[in-house]
Amino acid sequence: MNGLIALVAGVLFGFGLDLARMTDPERVLGFLDIAGTWDPTLVFVLAGAVVTTTIGFRLIGRGDSWFGGPMRLPQRSDIDRPLLLGAALFGAGWGLAGYCPGPGVAALVQGAADPFWFVGGLVLGMIIFARTPRRGSGATA
Amino acid sequence: MAEFDWFSALAGGVMIGLAATLLLAGSGRIAGISGILGGVLQRPGGDALWRWLFLAGLLAGAAFHQWLDPTAVEARTGFPVWALLAAGLLVGIGTRLGSGCTSGHGVCGLARFSPRSAVATAVFVLVAVVVVWLVRHGPFAGVVT
Repeated sequence: MNGLIALVAGVLFGFGLDLARMTDPERVLGFLDIAGTWDPTLVFVLAGAVVTTTIGFRLIGRGDSWFGGPMRLPQRSDIDRPLLLGAALFGAGWGLAGYCPGPGVAALVQGAADPFWFVGGLVLGMIIFARTPRRGSGATA
Repeated sequence: MAEFDWFSALAGGVMIGLAATLLLAGSGRIAGISGILGGVLQRPGGDALWRWLFLAGLLAGAAFHQWLDPTAVEARTGFPVWALLAAGLLVGIGTRLGSGCTSGHGVCGLARFSPRSAVATAVFVLVAVVVVWLVRHGPFAGVVT
């Protein structure tokens, strides 16, 4: 059942990303380009997603999930150096090409070469991170 | 201003929110794409199955919308390969080090009123805005074309 839930959630997520034009990196860059011809599309995507999720999470409450046992929520609240450095590196990459992870992966279905180069770098970066020894480890959001 | 379809943007956002709600309610998991992708790369085994299925669904959902509305998103081609690879590396390392991306911090984290996610979201949006300015209007204008 957990697999079915994940599959359906993935389909909804991917459909929503494409419907919202998040899979168009030029539109995302247009949103980030506040000094140029600013494109406000992403404000509506984020607002729709955050408001819906806030209400949804509130309705779910804090009990067990339907099929997956206890909810696995990040517990940390400290602002540490890896959080800040990681967010800054991510922002730099996002601003460079206009892809964040979800839309980058979803854009693979367009059949063009560009998303494959991005996702190749993305996977490589994650593997490099996983293989790099480090002190402690952060919870995953 | 670029041509702008606020209804599709809002409806797409609502669907993303429903997906995140369904995954937490049904499986007790946060719909963070970088965490899900990083998870299949880092820990193969029984716990990888739901992550693979989510990613397969992500592709299927996007493909389904493309099939319904083939002109909605025009694929970008010819963006410099070095920039795509560099961006992928930065996003891959950055989201793992920072424990999340636009979905995990920007959607789920903000919805949980997580201070870590609020700070991370502010930082990655701000840095992205600065980088776009640098390569479109600032001293590096014309480098990424």
